[in-house]
Amino acid sequence: MIRFEPQFFMERNRDIDNSTLRAIAREVRKDILKMTTNVNSGHPGGSMSVADILVTLYYYKMRHNPDNPKWEERDRFVLSKGHVSPALYSVLARCGYFSVEDLMTFRKIDGNLQGHPDMLKTPGIEISTGSLGLGIGAAVGMALGLKLSGFDSRVYCVIGDGEAQEGSVWEASMAAFHYNLDNLCVILDNNNLQIDGPVDEVMSIYPAMEKWKAFGWHVIEINGHDFNEIRAALDEADTVKYKPTMIVAKTVKGKGVSFMENRAEWHGKALSPEQLKEALKELGELV
Amino acid sequence: MQKVSLRDAYGDTLIELGKKDDRIVVLDADLSGSTKSGKFGKVFPERFFNMGIAEINMINTAAGLATTGKIVFASTFAIFATGRAWEAVRQMVCYPELNVKIVCTHGGITVGEDGATHQALEDVANMRNIPNMRVVVPADDIETKQVIEKVAYTDGPFYVRLTREKFPRIFDENYKFEIGKGYVLRSGEDVTVVANGLETSFALEAAEILEKEGISVEVIHMPTVKPIDRELIAESASRTGAVVTAEEHSIIGGLGSAVAEAIVETVPVPVERVGTPDTFGRSGKGWELVKYYKLDASGIIEKIRKILERKKR
Repeated sequence: MIRFEPQFFMERNRDIDNSTLRAIAREVRKDILKMTTNVNSGHPGGSMSVADILVTLYYYKMRHNPDNPKWEERDRFVLSKGHVSPALYSVLARCGYFSVEDLMTFRKIDGNLQGHPDMLKTPGIEISTGSLGLGIGAAVGMALGLKLSGFDSRVYCVIGDGEAQEGSVWEASMAAFHYNLDNLCVILDNNNLQIDGPVDEVMSIYPAMEKWKAFGWHVIEINGHDFNEIRAALDEADTVKYKPTMIVAKTVKGKGVSFMENRAEWHGKALSPEQLKEALKELGELV
Repeated sequence: MQKVSLRDAYGDTLIELGKKDDRIVVLDADLSGSTKSGKFGKVFPERFFNMGIAEINMINTAAGLATTGKIVFASTFAIFATGRAWEAVRQMVCYPELNVKIVCTHGGITVGEDGATHQALEDVANMRNIPNMRVVVPADDIETKQVIEKVAYTDGPFYVRLTREKFPRIFDENYKFEIGKGYVLRSGEDVTVVANGLETSFALEAAEILEKEGISVEVIHMPTVKPIDRELIAESASRTGAVVTAEEHSIIGGLGSAVAEAIVETVPVPVERVGTPDTFGRSGKGWELVKYYKLDASGIIEKIRKILERKKR
C-alpha cells in the first residue's frame, strides 16, 4: 500500500495516476467489508459504490491536511448519505487522519467511529450526517460561509439517489443556484438502489439530470467507477462560474464483489465471515 | 405600563452585534419583515440570507455556515423552526453542537387571528427535549437585547422564543441576564409563582392584587427554561410550600413541566400550571385569547387560590 505524506494532500490537481487511485480504492473496499463484517452491521453496498469517488476526491482533488484537520484553507467534504460512513472512514484513515487499525472500532461502543459520521468524535469529519436530505443543505451553508470569508476553498458533497427523494434536497438545490455557489460541487451516487429496491420503482427521481438543469445547475453525467471520468468532471466543475455543479455518477451498488453487485439486499447488511473471505479473494487479498 | 416590542429589540440588537463583529450572519425564511431580522439585512445585505419558504434548509444552511466560524442567527415563526424543522435542529445543530442561535417570533397564543396553524404552543417542549439545546423565553425588550447579546457569545445552540404582541416593560438597564438563572422579582411567603415571557408581567399583576387580600406571593421570573435554575426553585418552594407556573405555552412540556420536574426531584410541594390546555388554539385577538385560555392575571389568581386550598389539606 502506497503511503503519502500529509503535505501531499495540501494541493489540488497533482499527478497521481489512475492505477494508484485504483489500488487505493481496492484497499478501501477491503476495509469496508472487513469493518462491517467485524461488527456485523453497517452499509457495505452503497459504501462500495461511492468508494472510487471518495478516493478521487481525497487523493486527487481536494486540498486538505491530515496533520491539521481544521486547516482554514482546506476544501470541505460533506457525506450527506451518511450511512456509507465505512467508505469515508477508510479513506480518512488511509490519508492519515487516524490509524487504519481504528477502523475495527467502527460501530463499537468504546470506539469513535459512529454508525454515521460524527464531527465531534472523528477527525476529518466536517459535519455530522446520517439523516438523509440534510447534509446537502449544510454544504450550501459551508459554501456560503467560505465565500463570505474570502476563501477559495471548495465544498464537495455526496448525496444518494434515494436520498434525492427528500424535499430538503431540492430546497438546498434551489438555494445553491440562487446564491451562485460555484464553489459547491455535489456528486449524486446514482447506483439506482435503495433499501426497498430500485429507485425508479420505489419513487422515481428521473430524469435526474434534467431536474438539476432546471434548477440552474451545471450538470455532468459520468461513470462513477471510471477514474478518468471522475477526474475530468471534478476538474470541469472548477471552471464553472456563478452556479453549482452536479455530477450524476452512474455507479454499481456493491461494486467490486461479483455476488454483491447491483443487489439491494447489501444496502444495510454485512457479509458473513465466509462471504467476506470470498469477497476479499475477489479483491485480490491473499487469505 | 409602557408596552414594548421584543421583535424590534431583536432586530436592533442584531444590527449592534453586526457592527462590532463580522462573524454575525443572519438567516430568515421569508418572514424577515415580521421577525425583524430584515432590519439586519438592510444594514448588512452581504451577511443576510433569505432562504425562502424552506425552513429545513434554513437550519441546515445555518449549520454549514457555523462550521466556517460564523455566529449564525436563524429566524422564522416559532412553529416552523421548532415543528417542521425539528429534526434538522436536532441532527444538524444540536448533535454537532454548532453555533446556531434559533430566534423565533410568533411563539404562543398571542399570534392571534391566524389561529391554530400559526400558534406555537409546543415549541418550548420541542426544543427543550433535544440534548445540547438551551431554551430562553424573555419577558421584555431590555431582557431580549441582553439575551441576544449573551447567546451570541456563548458557544453552541440556543432557542430564543419571542412573541408577536408587545409586552409591558419590566426591567431597567440595571438588569443583568445570565443563562440558567431565575430572578425573584417579588418576595413572598404563601406561594411561589414561576413565570416567563408575557406571563411574568401577569404574575406580578396577580401578586399585587392578592397582596390586598393578605396573600403573599413570591414571583420568580425564569427566562431560561433549560438549563433551569433548580436551586432557586427548591429554595423558594421550601419556604412557600406551593408553586404555580405560568407560561404562554401548552401546560405539557414547557416551563410548567420543567419546574414540576425540578420540584419532584428536590422539594416536593403541590404544583399548579397556568398555560394553554392540551388543545389547539382558536382564532381571535391576542389579548382576547389570553383571557379565553385564562393566561391573564385572573387566571393565575384562580390557580393560586386552588393551590392554597391544596396546601391546607
